[in-house]
Amino acid sequence: MEEGFLIQQRQMESDLSSDTSHKSSVDFLMNWFRKRSIFVLAYGTGCGAIEMPPTFTSRYDAERLGIRGAATPRQADVIIVSGYCSYKTLRRIIRTYEQMANPKYVLALGSCTVNGGMYWDSYNTIKKLEDYIPVDMYVSGCMPRPESILEGFLALQKEIAEGKASSWQRYEENYEFYRKNQEKVLGRNVAPAYDADWYLYDGGL
Amino acid sequence: MVEYEMIVIDLFLMLVSAYVVGFLYYGLYRNITARFQRRIGPPVTQSFYDSIKFWVKEETLSHGWMFYLGPVIMMAGALMTLFFIPFFYQSDAFSGLSRYGNLFVVLYLMMLGPLGNAMGVGAGGSPFGAMGVTRGLTRLFAMELPFYIAVIALMSINHSADIATIAAHQESYNAFSYPLLFIGALFSFIAMMGQSPFDVPGAPVEVYSGPASEFSGKFLALLMSQSAIFSFAKLVLMVNLFLGGASGFAELLLKTFALFVFVIAFGALYGRFKTPQSVDFLVKVPTGIAVVGLLLAIYGG
Repeated sequence: MEEGFLIQQRQMESDLSSDTSHKSSVDFLMNWFRKRSIFVLAYGTGCGAIEMPPTFTSRYDAERLGIRGAATPRQADVIIVSGYCSYKTLRRIIRTYEQMANPKYVLALGSCTVNGGMYWDSYNTIKKLEDYIPVDMYVSGCMPRPESILEGFLALQKEIAEGKASSWQRYEENYEFYRKNQEKVLGRNVAPAYDADWYLYDGGL
Repeated sequence: MVEYEMIVIDLFLMLVSAYVVGFLYYGLYRNITARFQRRIGPPVTQSFYDSIKFWVKEETLSHGWMFYLGPVIMMAGALMTLFFIPFFYQSDAFSGLSRYGNLFVVLYLMMLGPLGNAMGVGAGGSPFGAMGVTRGLTRLFAMELPFYIAVIALMSINHSADIATIAAHQESYNAFSYPLLFIGALFSFIAMMGQSPFDVPGAPVEVYSGPASEFSGKFLALLMSQSAIFSFAKLVLMVNLFLGGASGFAELLLKTFALFVFVIAFGALYGRFKTPQSVDFLVKVPTGIAVVGLLLAIYGG
């Protein structure tokens, strides 16, 4: 297993030199459709959830940009992790994120997801979301207004259209790194097993 | 041999036109609903973007073969319903298989979708899916009563179960000749189109899109496509039965669109019933209206 620092260093370098020349015109077309249709799982982990209703309803109307809410993780393209994120919530975020179908993107909202924010010395929140799940776009602020969220979405759409938003590939390639960080704070049972054991056996349904 | 080839081409054209028009209508539905809520709303083509995006998403789920078959059965039900409904009452083109089957076949085939839905969702094991299906099937019994009563009345008036015959034999529209039947069937139709106040199966904030909650990627794209095609088929059926059918594409689009906008407006104005409330309402009010309409139509004149 590579050290976390080396992996992060490699990610930074690969981002700098990412070229899209090997992409075909079909890829560009598909990326354009992906950009134009974004189903959002608005995960209200902490304080930021209150900024999302105005973003998606009449006042700011994100649907005119093709951005709309998704009912379940299965249907979603983007998960918004808003505000601080406690260890308990992190377990749910990982479970939800891994249920989503590729290609999937993560939008981190608020300063707490960048460096811990005002919870920088808290005993039960994570400080950098990037250590646990890969993030495509940060919207910093405490809290970011709906305008900022929309701007973050527009930047994310631009990255999707250019084929640069590839955090789900980063997660697959460096799964050991993320898993190690997750286990560091959550213990061995990061998320329940993904088979139907819980409901077929073990006194389930 | 040539005849069969013609039918295949005909079916293909019906499929393509229903797909395109259905998705455009769905885009208009989102746009018009947005205008009701004082928003700008997505472009009309947004449904195509959503659909294509879902087609190219990766699929990692596995819930057994019944889970895969569920959306396929729904799509088959929608397509067969479409193929047995003639678009135009006096033309061989776009008549599909309607000369081989009548209204009974259509009513039977309309049941295939909910059946496939229930079996696929059941295999998925999502509790919200099971809740959505239970709510949908509970509503289904009440939803069909007024529509079936109206259809039986129309069949007995026309002495025929052929859709094209019923569409052609309307001096003024059936909607105006038999208003009570039309009102009863219209309530069922709003429920069939999944509009408020009868949208209990897929209630977004209650059961998280219900039957569709476990489907992602290509399954969801298939479900969206079948929903668009099935909606258009139901609109054409309603236009054929009550609004005098159509003799050309312009008339068909005009009539289906008018009906569609009415349904959207109705849905945008009203909140959602609870499941028992919707069953109660459908069994009492529209069924009562349709029964009175049936008695008037048979014994009144």
